[in-house]
Amino acid sequence: MHYLVSVIDDTAGLATPDEMVAINAFNDRLKAEGHWVFAGGLATPSSATVIDNRGARAMVTDGPFLESKEYLAGFWIIEAPDLDVALNLAAQASTHCNRKVEIRPFVGVDLPPLGE
Amino acid sequence: MSAVDVREAITRAHHEEWARVVAALTRRFGDLDIAEEAAAEAFATAVERWPVDGVPPNPGAWLTTSANRKAIDRIRRENKRDDKQKQAQMLYDDDDEPGEPLGAIDDERLRLIFTCCHPALAMESRVALTLRMLGGLTVPEIARAFLVPETTMGQRITRAKAKIKAARIPYRVPSTEDLPARVSGVLAVLFLVFNEGYLATGPDTDPVRHDLTTEAIRLTRLIRALMPDDGEVAGLLALMLLTEARRTARVSAGGELVPLGEQDRGSWDAALVAEGHRLVRDRLATGMAPGPYQILAAINAVHTSARDVRDTDWSQVVALYDQLVRLDPSPVIALNRAIAVAELDGPEVALAAVDRLEKQLAGYHAYHVARADLLRRLGRGQQSRAAYDRAIELAGNTAETAYLTRRRDQLG
Repeated sequence: MHYLVSVIDDTAGLATPDEMVAINAFNDRLKAEGHWVFAGGLATPSSATVIDNRGARAMVTDGPFLESKEYLAGFWIIEAPDLDVALNLAAQASTHCNRKVEIRPFVGVDLPPLGE
Repeated sequence: MSAVDVREAITRAHHEEWARVVAALTRRFGDLDIAEEAAAEAFATAVERWPVDGVPPNPGAWLTTSANRKAIDRIRRENKRDDKQKQAQMLYDDDDEPGEPLGAIDDERLRLIFTCCHPALAMESRVALTLRMLGGLTVPEIARAFLVPETTMGQRITRAKAKIKAARIPYRVPSTEDLPARVSGVLAVLFLVFNEGYLATGPDTDPVRHDLTTEAIRLTRLIRALMPDDGEVAGLLALMLLTEARRTARVSAGGELVPLGEQDRGSWDAALVAEGHRLVRDRLATGMAPGPYQILAAINAVHTSARDVRDTDWSQVVALYDQLVRLDPSPVIALNRAIAVAELDGPEVALAAVDRLEKQLAGYHAYHVARADLLRRLGRGQQSRAAYDRAIELAGNTAETAYLTRRRDQLG
C-alpha cells in the first residue's frame, strides 16, 4: 500500500542544512526498512506554472493553482502495510523535516483485506 | 412460542450477537461495510422468519451463517472476481463449522473497537461507528443520542467506513507503544456508550438500556485485562460499576426516575459497589495523580459509601469536583460541582454558580433540572415551574420526563 506524505510549509524557507541531514538520515532508514518509494523537495510555489489544455488551446498561468498561506513544500511516497505503520512513519517524517505533514493513501486496486 | 416470546428472542439476539456477527464478518471479509450490511440483513431476515419457523436453537450461529450468506450474495452481485470472492466461496460451503471459542470472539470485538476508535477518524465518527458496529444501535438512535439529523449521522458513518477502507486503517489491537494513546480514545467512546445506556434518550426505548451499559462495562473489562496498570482504564471501569450498581434503584416500579438522594440504598448491587470501591482504593494506593475518570470514580465512591444520603461527605465531593475542574474545565463538570455545592453552602450559592453557565448549557436538560430544583428549594415556585417546563421539553429519557412532570405538578 502506498501513501503520499505531503510536507506542509507556511514559511518561505527551504530546508536548512541541519534539517537536510535529518531528512537524509530518515530516508536511509526508510530504504533500509523497505518503506522507501520516492521523495523530493519542491522549489517555492512562486516557481509553479498552471496549464489547462482541456479547451481549444492550452491556458498557461503563472503561479500555483491555489494561493494559500500553507503550501506543499515536498513529499514522500512510502510503502506501508496499513495506516498505523504509515502514521508512525509520517510522525517521524514530520520530526525530521521539522514541518507539518499530511498523509493520504493512493487509490489501490488490489488492497488486501482488513483482517490480515 | 408466543409472538411476544419471539420478539423478545430477537431483541435478546440483537443485544447479544450483533457485535459478534459484525466482528466475525469483518474478519472474514475484511470490509466493515459488507459486515454491517450483512449483519443488518440477517437480523431483518430473523424478524421475518423466526415468527414463522420458530427461534433457532443457537440464534448466534443462525445469524452468523445467515449474515455470511448475505455477504457472499453481495460480493457475487458486485461480481468481484478476485481473491476475496474465492475466499468467501470457500467459507460459504463451510456452514457446519463449529463456533469459535469465546476467547477468540472477545478478541475479535476488541479488534473491532480499536478500528472504530482509530485516531485518524474524527471523535464524532469514532463514537458513531462504535455505537453502530459494537452497540448495534441504528443510525436514527445514534443521531438522536448526539442531537444531529439522521442524514448527517448516516453520512458520518459512511464517510468513516470509506476512510477506513481507503486509508487502510488496520483491524487489529495496536502495538504496545501505540496502546496508551489509543486506549484513551477508546475510553472516551465507551463512556459515551455507557451514558447512552444509562440515560437512554429514545421515546420508545427503556429508560435504562442495560444492554449498552453491560456492553460498555464488558468492553472496558476487556481493555483492563489488556492494560491492568492503566489508571484511567481502572477509573472508568470503577465509575461504570458504581453507576451500574444503582441501576435498579434509579427507576421506580412506576417507571419514574429516582434521584440519588431518594434511592433505596439497600437495593444497590453490593457486589458491584464493592468491586468499584476496591478499584478506587487500589488506584489511591499507587499514589499516582488521578485522571478525570479516576476522580469521577472517587466521587461515586463517596456517594456509595454513605448508607444514608444525610451521611454523604459533601465537602469531599466538592473537593474532588474542584480537582476535576482543574483537569477538565467543561461547563457540565461545573454544573455537577454546583449541584454538590448546594448541599454544602446552600441552594442560593449553587444557583448563582448554575446561572453563570446559562450561555453554554441553555440547550442541556440537566441545566434546567438543576435550576428547577434549586429554585424550588428557594421557594421561587413560578420560576421553578418554568425551569421544569424547559427541562421536560429537552429531556429525552422517559423515566426522567415522568419524574420531572410529577415534581413540577407538586409545586404549589
